[in-house]
Amino acid sequence: MATAAPSLPLRPTSSAAPPFRVLPGFNLTLGYTLGYLSLIVLIPLAAVFLKTAELTLAEFWNVVTAPRVVASYKLSFGMSLLAAAINAVFGLMLAWALVRYSFPGKKLIDALVDLPFALPTAVAGISLTALYAKNGWLGQFLEPLGIQVAFKPLGVLVALVFIGLPFVVRTVQPILEDLDTELEEAATSLGAQRWQTFRHVILPIVFPALLTGFALAFARAVGEYGSVIFIAGNIPMVSEITPLMIITKLEQYDYTGATAIATVMLILSFALLLIINGLQAWTAKRTGRDR
Amino acid sequence: MSIQVRNIHKQFGAFTALDDISLDFPTGELVALLGPSGCGKTTLLRIIAGLEQADAGQVLLDGEDASGTHVRDRQVGFVFQHYALFRHMTVFDNVAFGMRMKPRGQRPSEKQIAEKVHELLNLVQLDWLADRFPSQLSGGQRQRIALARALAVEPRVLLLDEPFGALDAKVRKELRRWLRKLHEDLHITSIFVTHDQEEALEVADRVVLMNQGHVEQIGTPEEVYRHPATPFVYGFLGSVNFFHGRVEGEGLRVGGDHLHHGVQGLGQGAEVVAFARPHELDIMVDGDAGDGVAARINRILAFGVTARVELDGINGATGQHFEVELTRERVAQLDLHEGQSVRLLPSRLSLFEQPHAARAAGAAR
Repeated sequence: MATAAPSLPLRPTSSAAPPFRVLPGFNLTLGYTLGYLSLIVLIPLAAVFLKTAELTLAEFWNVVTAPRVVASYKLSFGMSLLAAAINAVFGLMLAWALVRYSFPGKKLIDALVDLPFALPTAVAGISLTALYAKNGWLGQFLEPLGIQVAFKPLGVLVALVFIGLPFVVRTVQPILEDLDTELEEAATSLGAQRWQTFRHVILPIVFPALLTGFALAFARAVGEYGSVIFIAGNIPMVSEITPLMIITKLEQYDYTGATAIATVMLILSFALLLIINGLQAWTAKRTGRDR
Repeated sequence: MSIQVRNIHKQFGAFTALDDISLDFPTGELVALLGPSGCGKTTLLRIIAGLEQADAGQVLLDGEDASGTHVRDRQVGFVFQHYALFRHMTVFDNVAFGMRMKPRGQRPSEKQIAEKVHELLNLVQLDWLADRFPSQLSGGQRQRIALARALAVEPRVLLLDEPFGALDAKVRKELRRWLRKLHEDLHITSIFVTHDQEEALEVADRVVLMNQGHVEQIGTPEEVYRHPATPFVYGFLGSVNFFHGRVEGEGLRVGGDHLHHGVQGLGQGAEVVAFARPHELDIMVDGDAGDGVAARINRILAFGVTARVELDGINGATGQHFEVELTRERVAQLDLHEGQSVRLLPSRLSLFEQPHAARAAGAAR
C-alpha cells in the first residue's frame, strides 16, 4: 500500500539549484595556491628554462655533458642519496631515543637537533673543515688511519649528513609519539622478537614519514652549497659539486651555461622526488592507508 | 593451565597498586577481575601476562614460577581494550602474525597458516573480512579479530583487558554472550578484567572483586551477589540501601527509629552500617512508630515489571535516599502516593561494623 504522503508537486531535481560544497573556500584556496606557487616557484623556474633555451641543443648537450660537470652530478646526487640514507637510519634512532626514553639533557639534545637549520651554512662548512683537516681535532687522528675526510668526497658526505639531520628526526618524531605502546606489547605477547616487532610493526608505520624525511634531506643536500664548498676542497673531477659548477659558470659570466646545468639538476631532482612520492603512494596503498 | 599468583605487590611511586595479592585460577575457568577503576585489576592482569613486573611475589603458570619468563615465552593470549590491531595489515595478516613470527624451525608453512587463519576467522564468524584493514571494521568486529589473533598462537591462557570497554551497550551485550559460548567451546583458562558488574556476573564462572589493591571477595556470581562479604562488595554489586546505626538490645537504632533484627556477634552499642537491597525493603503505611525507619516518598516509578519507589529519609536518617522495589500490585494495594510519610521495614539486613563501613559508604555513593 502506498503511504499517504501529501501530494506535493515533484520538484525537478536537475538544473535549478547549483551544486554546492559542504566545505567552503575551495575556489579561493585553489586560486590562492596556484597564484602563490606560480609567483614563488614556477616563474623563477620557468626563467631558468627560458634562459637555457637560448642555447642550441648541441651547445646545451656540450655544456651539460662536459666531463667535469658529469663528475659533479655523480658526486652531488650520489653523496646526497647516501647522506639522506645515513640520516634516515640515524635520524630514526635519534627520534626513537628522544620519544621513548627520558634521560638527563633530553630537552637540550632535542633543541640541538635543529641547530643545523639555524647555523649559517658557511659556518658549518668552516667548522667541519677545521675539525677534519689534516691538523684538525679529528683529522689528526683519522689521517694516520688512512682516512681523509676534508677535501675528499667523504668530506662532502660529512657536510651533507650534518645539514640533513633535522629533517628525518622532525618528520619521524611525531609519528613515533603517536605510536601506541600497546602495539608493541601485542606483538611481543604474540611471540615476536624485538627486531621482528621493529621490522613488521614499527617500521611499516613510520615508513611514510621516514620516506618524507629522506626526501627532504635529499632535496636539501642536492641544493646545499655553503657548507660543502669549504670542506670539499673543490678538486676538479674529484670533489666538485654541481652547485659549485653553476657558480663557476656564473663567475665566468656564462649565464646560459649556468642555467643549462641548473636545468639538468632540476630535472634530475624532480624525477627523484617523483619516484620517492610514488614509492610513498605505493606503500600507502599496500598498507591500507590511502582511504 | 592453572594460574596462581602468590603475594604479589606492586607500587607505582607512592601509590600501592597491588598489596599482597594471592589468587588461584583453576584450569579451564573463566574468571572476572571486577572492581572500580584504579583498583589494580589491570595491573594484576598485566603482571600475569608478563607485560609488567611485580615488585614482589610470584606468578605460577601450571605450577611453575614464570616470574623470570619473558612475555613472548609465556604463551599467553592478551586482548587489549583498544584492540591494538596492526592497522597496516589486513585482518588475515593480523591473525597470521603470531604464527609468522615463530622461529624458522617451528613456523608452519604458509598453507598451514592460511588454513589456521581461516579456521579462526570462522570461529569468530568473520571469515568474510579477511582482506579488509582494521580501519574498515566496526569496534565489535575489531575486538573479535583481536581475539582470533590472540588465539592463533594457541595460548595456554587467555587474558582480556576490559575487552568490551570501548564498545556500545548493544554490541557489548552481544559479545558477552558470544565470549561465554566461545569459552565453553575452547575451555582455555581465561581471566578478564572489567569494571562492569553486570558483565562480570553474566559471563564469568567466578568473580574476584578488587578494591584499592586488595581482594575483597572471591566466589561464583551467585555467591558474591547474594552474600557479599564486605560492605564494599555490597555497594559495588547492584544498588543498595544502607542505614547507619547502633546496636541496641535485639535490634538496631537508626536515628530516632528502631529496627528489629536478630543481631549476633556484635556488642551492645557497636556502631554499624546495615545494608539491604531494594527488594529486601518493604513499605508500611500505617505502622506505629515502634518499628521501621521513617521516610517520605519522593517518586514512584511504575513503568517496569516491578515498581521502584524513591524515598527521602526523615526522622534521624535525614538527607539519605532510599530505593525500594515492590511489585506493582503491592504499590496499588498500599495506595502509595508521592509526598506520603511511610516506614521502611527490611526483610533482610546485613550488618558491618563501622571501621569497615566507612569505606563501604564511600564506594556505595
